[in-house]
Amino acid sequence: MTSSTYRSPVNDDPTLDISLVVNGRPVEASVSPRLLLSDFLRHHLGLTGTHVGCEHGVCGACTVHIDGRAARSCLTLAVQLDGATVRTVEDLEGPDGSLSPVQEAFRDCHGLQCGFCTPGFLMSVTALLDEDPDVADASDTEIRERIAGNLCRCTGYQGIVAATRQAAETIRDAKEQADVPTRG
Amino acid sequence: MKPSRFEYVLPRSIEEAVAARVEYADTVVLSGGQSLVPTLNFRLSNPEAVIDLRLVPGLADVRVDGDWIHVGGRTRQRDLELDDAVHAANPLIRETLHHVAHPVIRNRGTVGGSIAHADPSAELPCLLLCLDGEVVAHGPGGARTIDAQDLFEFILSTTLEPDEILTEVRFPVLPERTGWCFTEFARRHGDFALAGVAATLTLAEDGTIAWGQLAACGVTTTPVRLVAVEDALLDGAADPSRIREIAQLAADVVTVPDDESCSSAYRRDLLVGLVERALRTSLQRATERATARTSREVTS
Amino acid sequence: MSRREAEQPEQADNAPPMVHTGARVRRNEDPRLLRGQGRYVDDIPLEGCVHGAFLRSTIARGRIVALDTTDAERVPGVLAVYTCDNIGGLDREMPLLIPHPCITHGRTQRPLARDDVYYVGQAIAFVVAVDRYVAEDAVSRISVDIEPLPVEVDMERAVEDGAPLVHPDVPGNIAASLVQHCGDADAAFERAEHHTKIRVQVDRSTGAPMECLATAARWDPVSGELVVWDGTQAPIGLRGALSSLFDLDEDKVRVIAPDVGGGFGPKIHFPYANEVLVPLAAMQLGRPVKYIEDRSENFVHMSHERTQIHEIELAATKDGEVIGLRDVFLHDTGSFIPYGIAVAQVASTAIAGPYRIPNIEVEFRCVYTPTVPVTPYRGCGRPQANFALERAMDQLAEELGIDRFEIRRRNLIADDEFPYKREGLIFADGLPVTYDSGQYGAALALLEKELDLPAFRAEQERARAEGRWLGLGLSFYVEGTGLGPYEGGRVRIHPITGKVYVNTGLTTQGQGHATSMAQLVADQLGVAVDDVIVVEGDTGVYDWGVATFASRAMVVSGSAIHKAAVKARERVLEIAANMLEVDPADIELKDGAAGVRGTATTIPLAAIATVSNPLRYAFNDAAQIATQFAPASKGDGPPLQGDSRPGIETEQFYSPPHATWAYGVHAAIVEVDPVSYDLQVKRYVIVHDCGKMINPMIVEGQIAGGVASGMGGAFYEKLEYEANGNLRNASFMEFLMPYATEVPHMEMHHLETPTPLNPIGAKGAGEAGTIPVAAVIASGIQDALAPEGIGPLWHVPLNPSVLHDAVREARSR
Ligand SMILES: Cc1cc2nc3c(=O)[nH]c(=O)nc-3n(C[C@H](O)[C@H](O)[C@H](O)COP(=O)(O)OP(=O)(O)OC[C@H]3O[C@@H](n4cnc5c(N)ncnc54)[C@H](O)[C@@H]3O)c2cc1C
Ligand code: FES
Ligand code: FES
Repeated sequence: MTSSTYRSPVNDDPTLDISLVVNGRPVEASVSPRLLLSDFLRHHLGLTGTHVGCEHGVCGACTVHIDGRAARSCLTLAVQLDGATVRTVEDLEGPDGSLSPVQEAFRDCHGLQCGFCTPGFLMSVTALLDEDPDVADASDTEIRERIAGNLCRCTGYQGIVAATRQAAETIRDAKEQADVPTRG
Repeated sequence: MKPSRFEYVLPRSIEEAVAARVEYADTVVLSGGQSLVPTLNFRLSNPEAVIDLRLVPGLADVRVDGDWIHVGGRTRQRDLELDDAVHAANPLIRETLHHVAHPVIRNRGTVGGSIAHADPSAELPCLLLCLDGEVVAHGPGGARTIDAQDLFEFILSTTLEPDEILTEVRFPVLPERTGWCFTEFARRHGDFALAGVAATLTLAEDGTIAWGQLAACGVTTTPVRLVAVEDALLDGAADPSRIREIAQLAADVVTVPDDESCSSAYRRDLLVGLVERALRTSLQRATERATARTSREVTS
Repeated sequence: MSRREAEQPEQADNAPPMVHTGARVRRNEDPRLLRGQGRYVDDIPLEGCVHGAFLRSTIARGRIVALDTTDAERVPGVLAVYTCDNIGGLDREMPLLIPHPCITHGRTQRPLARDDVYYVGQAIAFVVAVDRYVAEDAVSRISVDIEPLPVEVDMERAVEDGAPLVHPDVPGNIAASLVQHCGDADAAFERAEHHTKIRVQVDRSTGAPMECLATAARWDPVSGELVVWDGTQAPIGLRGALSSLFDLDEDKVRVIAPDVGGGFGPKIHFPYANEVLVPLAAMQLGRPVKYIEDRSENFVHMSHERTQIHEIELAATKDGEVIGLRDVFLHDTGSFIPYGIAVAQVASTAIAGPYRIPNIEVEFRCVYTPTVPVTPYRGCGRPQANFALERAMDQLAEELGIDRFEIRRRNLIADDEFPYKREGLIFADGLPVTYDSGQYGAALALLEKELDLPAFRAEQERARAEGRWLGLGLSFYVEGTGLGPYEGGRVRIHPITGKVYVNTGLTTQGQGHATSMAQLVADQLGVAVDDVIVVEGDTGVYDWGVATFASRAMVVSGSAIHKAAVKARERVLEIAANMLEVDPADIELKDGAAGVRGTATTIPLAAIATVSNPLRYAFNDAAQIATQFAPASKGDGPPLQGDSRPGIETEQFYSPPHATWAYGVHAAIVEVDPVSYDLQVKRYVIVHDCGKMINPMIVEGQIAGGVASGMGGAFYEKLEYEANGNLRNASFMEFLMPYATEVPHMEMHHLETPTPLNPIGAKGAGEAGTIPVAAVIASGIQDALAPEGIGPLWHVPLNPSVLHDAVREARSR
């Protein structure tokens, strides 16, 4: 895997060198300390799938995974990520380009309209289901509580709730299928 | 909404961190960043230097040791929430953390950061105060311990000195025969509370209420102990039928003035209702724990 | 979901089967958006791009006594600092987009303030720098001294004598006023056996699309072309404004609305300051320039809506037949009135809702306040009118001792009364309100059935016996949708791939046009929905049309595209018939090919498209196949004769005779918590009719999103201006936009009464969900708290504190 080198191309702020792994690829960069992770991903790495809706932590559009956990990229400085692993929406699809179960479920259930909140939701829901596949059995109210923390202005959340459940079921079914042969 | 320029300091030890606190005129500490970075983005805070604690060793350690739970200042809220040993030692901690923001925020936000930030509506400062916890602060003169009672001064303000760093938060283990409850009301799920209550209630051997500890958030300029309620519980005569009446004694701590969307009359009644709920839940849990313990003792 | 259809219009003889139209087709646009490959303005990579930031007023009304940009200009990385003094011809009042004779004192703002500021957030200077960080650094170095002037943000006080004036030359702060009459209200009030009157207020809110405003521009000095990417609902309109402001030929200005992260109305307004200053800077600096509005700016810059105070009065018989309505209201237009009276006008004409009410008098005044200007936001005056009317209906029912469902049933316009005209009420299309079609009675009956009212009443009785506050609320609304003047549609079959390209002039901000419009075309041409590619919102591709607003995209553009697709189909059939040497009636279009019914012979569409273009080179398979068949046209002579054209490309326009009226009725079962006074919506039931649904999944998504905004307006979202004109809660932390936990699950039921006004039978659906929610929630809470005897809930958004105080007050009476 090749490592890419980026330099903060922009202003004449003093910069610091960081190295991290983004979507499985090592990245070396030289960035201003005040650069937000959201801007680093979007404008330095060109990963514009991560969106910015508020820059104060409320909307969740900028949600990515840092070291395996969902986090707000707008509330994280790029320099904090030296040595970290970051995953963004661009990494969700399968190696063959197929949509992930969560992506597929959002499509099936009309969990997106304008698509602006969508990457953040996908990252939050993906992290949620990684942690807790039992969401498939949760009540509607519980699912709503689990996905509160991301704002959507378009869908009224109905499709997103349904998508979360569908994805949980798909993931659980796949796990069960995978378990069958080993059991016997 | 982009931060203004600052020096970024990445100390490798607490001494280096404190030295940076002293060296720069105007510093902030970056712990989880979940309150700090919004203020930087809004340019409400334009510090000369940001001191990132992430490489200071030991600050994310959690251990239960005798009567105390020691929580490194930079421990992520989510890690504390998921820690089963901590939960076994004091279940009020997990219950409280469930009310702090959303899981995504707790993934980054830290225990020490929340307490140092001292938002009067925040849950963790209220928890610390309720439990009679304490914090450890490192400054140029070394470490000192501050009781929760002496920590919170005003809105977003503590008795930590500008050159100090909070390194550890200590919560007592929940005593025997004790029930607990954290309850709050926020307009939206995960928001800061309009009012919240942390409570513990301890029973005497004979099953009567021995004492209670209660604190509230969201009702005044700091988290506040509900002393009048606690005093009434001390009487020993605090039978469950009087809980509603006792809860009324909380109302007077409210000082937040009327605002457009929340009258102080409402906030007072809300607090009273939450106190009542917290007391009932704590009492029930205390009773359960006391009986469970008794039956365990009997069987063994 | 349940669904009932009225009679469908007769299908034309050779009309194709409707396979896709009406189906829940998954969206064409989704895979891209799900992969993070959306292209919103800030995602567009522009080599060498520089970034803008504004200095905005922190004073509501004031005089700029000093403005010094020297320090800002010295910040390394700053390329330009603009104030009103160095923007040339742009330093002028922006157009009043929709004039109306009743606007006696129309005022619009300049891109950058000159001399005076009129609201907190108004742009004073614009900095362009290498990045947004430096641009903000420079903004903070601009020194500005504003002498504050007195302000009055309370609209009712603003119209009183002696109130501070927003514009010194506008007496009483009144921008416009209008009285409309339908029938004879005075006589009706005279005759009536019962009057009821209520004063209601709806507070200020904001559309809050997840993507804030955004503009990027690139000037190409070689071609002389200005390209502007803009998160707008109206690219064609913006192009017109830019070419006129910059004095460029329209063909030299290309405005593209790429993916847009939600619109909800405020993005129909143009030009915002950024929409003119970014192009200016791009032309002057010779570099691409971007301005990406941030959330804190969005709250004080992008248009707001909603504040209205109505005094509505109903005149009724003892039996609850409403024979007259009077409504007098104030409409807060903010500091300027760039979009004219649209919001007030729509409110005033929706005021009688679904009820017969033959005698109406409605009067409004548009009031200037030193706040962010007001232009339409999802609902556009209808939520306010609905709230006024439905609160009044509830009150009337209560006073007359008639059930709330029953009183509505008695007043609903009957099916055989359509078209129902309200002579004298002039809608936003300049024509009298005319409801085209509907089954209002059936809708109410369906709602009652789905709610299971007897079961609810029993449950409510039990709850009340336990001291619980359980209630039921409802609201019936109508929505005039699909305003003209027109839209166009172009359909073209691509000769190489056989894919179908469709263009229209308006734009999408998430409504799924790339799917629903494609469904219409797919059925006509017998192709897969994902082989129809809809390209819109780019004036370089298609520039006839108006914009996306007033729930009009499917009605107007959809109809135009449908007409174009029908023409394309005719052309395909004609050519295929010639090629296969059969009668066009024997040809069937299916699976991307034309076949002769009952035989295995088919020709792919690509081949037909290829043949349709008299070509010279057989450059691919389709062209080779094409040569095996008879020619596209019959007869001798040159291949193109008369006004025939090469290729299969059709264009049609649709211009609605007048608005088409969708409607619906919502109900909620709510419970109020006795400790927190929080609202729990236990059931939310919707009966909705937007005529023919092209894609029910998309319709339901529109309704759900609308209801969520409506929930915001009912219980959470309120912009709180302080007395000094400062906006107290300009962040998502304090402006309480609902998360999933604050929005109920919605049960949706549809009626489909096609409109006779357009060929696809569709009515608009975009705003519908929002309209009735505040009234539903207020009605439900009123019912829940009825045992406490609280006064009427007249003011939204409600909140727990208000409910608490109402109960306390009632108990202390
Ligand atoms: C959308 C959203 C919702 C939220 N909701 C809630 C909620 O409901 N309840 C709640 O309690 N909180 C809430 N928060 C805040 C969150 O819990 C924060 O994580 C917490 O308040 C601060 O912790 P932090 O580790 O992120 O601290 P930081 O943001 O890193 O620091 C906060 C402040 O404390 C100071 N500080 C931090 N660490 C130290 C230290 N060791 N010594 C001295 N000073 C220090 C910093 O200088 C800074 O001023 C919310 C945040 C967001 C973004
Ligand atoms: S942009 Fe990060 S939470 Fe909104
Ligand atoms: S899909 Fe538009 S904000 Fe969620």
